[in-house]
Amino acid sequence: MIADLGQFCLYLALALSLVQTAAGFVGPLRNSSRIITLSQTAALGQGLFIALAFAALVRLFATSDFSVMVVAANSHTTKPLFYKIAATWGHHEGSMLLWVLVLAVFGAAISVFGRSMPDSFRARVLGVQGLIGVFFLLFILFTSNPFVRLFPVPLEGEGFNPLLQDPGIVSHPPMLYLGYVGFSTAFSFAVAALIEGPAGGLWVRYARPWILAAWICLTIGITLGSLWAYSVLGWGGWWFWDPVENASLMPWLLGTALVHSALVVERRFALERWTLLLSILTFSMSLLGTFVVRSGILTSVHAFAVDPARGTFILIILVLATGGGLALYGLRAPGLPSGRVFGLFSREGSLVLNNILLVTITGTVFLGTFYPLFIELAGQDKISVGVPYYALTFVPLSAPLLLAMVIGPLLLWRKDGGKGWVERIGPGVFAAFSVLILTGAATHGHNLLLALWLGLATWLIVGAALILVRRARIGKAPAGDSLRLARALPMATWGAILAHLGIGLLVAGLGGATTAKEEGVALLAPGQSTPFAGRTLELKDISSGKGPNFEYVRARIDAVSPGGGVVHLAPERRFYPERQSETTKASVRETPLGNLYVALGDQVNDGRWTVRFYSHPLAIWIWLGGFVMALGGLLALIGNRTQSGPRAGDSAAEVRAQAAASAGAAPQPEGTA
Amino acid sequence: MRLSRPALLAASVAPLALFGVLAVVLWAGLQHDPSTLPSVLIGKPVPAFDLGPVREGDRGFRRDDLGGKVTLVNVWGSWCGACKMEHPYLMQLASTGVPLYGVDWKDDPADGAKTLKLLGDPYQRVGNDQAGRLSLDLGVTGAPETFVVDRQGRIRYKQIGPITPEVWHDTLQPLIQRLEAGQ
Repeated sequence: MIADLGQFCLYLALALSLVQTAAGFVGPLRNSSRIITLSQTAALGQGLFIALAFAALVRLFATSDFSVMVVAANSHTTKPLFYKIAATWGHHEGSMLLWVLVLAVFGAAISVFGRSMPDSFRARVLGVQGLIGVFFLLFILFTSNPFVRLFPVPLEGEGFNPLLQDPGIVSHPPMLYLGYVGFSTAFSFAVAALIEGPAGGLWVRYARPWILAAWICLTIGITLGSLWAYSVLGWGGWWFWDPVENASLMPWLLGTALVHSALVVERRFALERWTLLLSILTFSMSLLGTFVVRSGILTSVHAFAVDPARGTFILIILVLATGGGLALYGLRAPGLPSGRVFGLFSREGSLVLNNILLVTITGTVFLGTFYPLFIELAGQDKISVGVPYYALTFVPLSAPLLLAMVIGPLLLWRKDGGKGWVERIGPGVFAAFSVLILTGAATHGHNLLLALWLGLATWLIVGAALILVRRARIGKAPAGDSLRLARALPMATWGAILAHLGIGLLVAGLGGATTAKEEGVALLAPGQSTPFAGRTLELKDISSGKGPNFEYVRARIDAVSPGGGVVHLAPERRFYPERQSETTKASVRETPLGNLYVALGDQVNDGRWTVRFYSHPLAIWIWLGGFVMALGGLLALIGNRTQSGPRAGDSAAEVRAQAAASAGAAPQPEGTA
Repeated sequence: MRLSRPALLAASVAPLALFGVLAVVLWAGLQHDPSTLPSVLIGKPVPAFDLGPVREGDRGFRRDDLGGKVTLVNVWGSWCGACKMEHPYLMQLASTGVPLYGVDWKDDPADGAKTLKLLGDPYQRVGNDQAGRLSLDLGVTGAPETFVVDRQGRIRYKQIGPITPEVWHDTLQPLIQRLEAGQ
């Protein structure tokens, strides 16, 4: 009954998405406000019915209705309710439903909150968004229907992948999808702008909050995913360069480039063509990621059940969407007005460099991910690309990006004289070299890589602070004035400061955890201890017991530091009878200075237990950095909404005039970078 | 920077052209199922090889170690994340007596040894293939990959990607039982 209801909601949603698409394109052509309103209503309706279908699937999982095939294949009655619900999106069909849910929610949100843009433009955006919805709803209904029934109805389900039974699975996929499906808005706005013709970059102003929202969610999603891998997989890794991880990293990198280039369009009316292209490409990366995961074209640890029909279907969607978008771009781009000229050494110039580097980095990740495919087609053996490739490409390309991202925000728009900036970045250079030398000395020159990483992190962290120093004229104006200036800073500037700070923290975490990590293994019987990373680790005892749907063996381990402080750790191994498989639940003591990570291995013949230890200095900043970045994005988003921008009715010419006037009048336009 | 008219036109259509190439590559990739072994290798004997050691003071792994019983040859590397995911299950299989042999692929033997010391060593024999010669002969496409070798030392199956409980119960175990039974 519930399953039939869910099925029915999906058909209704498909019908409404067709209406949304047709009305969205026809309304502006006919200049009919009734048809335009229809597209808005249809977008709301599509969102509502997909949400209902999704709710139906959640309910089927919550009540363990094994008459539905995906429930029987992915759930089990003994599983806690929490994981029954999470299992709704822990498999192909459910996660595709989540995919279209996010798509439709963004469409509905544009319909409700997009009042600031002209109605006809909003209708076209909804038209494009609706068309993507049509494709994916057809995909679900034809190849991946979550409501297919099973007969005879089994008494018990087959259980849920134990690796996914972790709190992370509840939040990680939804955030990830909000991010990379959210970039559909970038695509829809860009295509709508291309259809409408030159609009003086106004479309960017409308699109920016949506792009930012997607970027924030993707940042959080990737961070959560990495945290999940760290705590669940039991060997202390946080990034694999797996095709599926790369599939979420590529839209993030391009999305980051997009957030920055959109700024140039908005502030300076330059780079409009490039930003249109980047918008199309960012969402194309999301589509490509979906294709990689669902087609099984590349082997990945994450891959879902592989079905060539699904791969073909998504490839067709990819060709229609990206091919269509790029064809439209090819037709329209030459006719768009060229932007304002700017000096290479300027804020705009630095943002162009940011874009070039981010796109190049995306290119290397792309090549690394698809290399096996190209090689195979060239008739060679397939070869997979491992960590060494990324160490050779990603790292050297990221270094100039990270060095430049401190200088960029301190430059003037349009053209920088080329003298003042040296003074502006001075404190950053000084701090970075101080930390580099101090770390080098403290490690007696044995860990120069760590010194380099920490120097770079300091450069970034101080660099973020320098944005504040410059804007609030700290040290140049009386303290009271600086405080007032700081208070008056636009939210978006605070956002930029935090986002850049987040990168600095991330770099510190990566540096500490990769160059100063320690690993150890010991065979211990209860009562025995072993020295590790300056502490003594003692295995107190081993106990076993039963969880809701698993049996566990748990070790109690005390880590005693020389000062006498004791940390209690309790790593577990869990056995899930429903899937006959084991997982390792590492126990991690997280402190700002470093993580102590302990995992329980096998019991050997003489009764002793293998215990693995890892020390990851500064590791926690990897994830905190990610969250701080997302928080920065959130501030920029809030700032964007409250800022007194042009409203519907302002003509493009007026906006240009306004901006030109304000840029000319203020030598130091308040703004973000 | 101002582009000349022809340059602008070219720059505008270039993305579409490049995407066209990519789409063809992806379509062609879909026609190749990456999880099937090139049929030429199935039924063929494992080529001769003699790999150096990974563990300290060990003699490594060579062709003669295979055969006589059905064995699994697992290709892995210390740099490979998916291999680490698979590892606990390999340990579980090894403890039930499944004969696992390891090829440490494109890896410094010291790194490989460190990984085995840290995560446990499920292999009866393990050899280092840093140059990737054996893996090339075997048509290894990525790590982890696992070859099922029969009693006569012939390759019978290749598992691409990690061995999960599903893969083991649904595919590998039934196949091994059939091969052991002499079919």
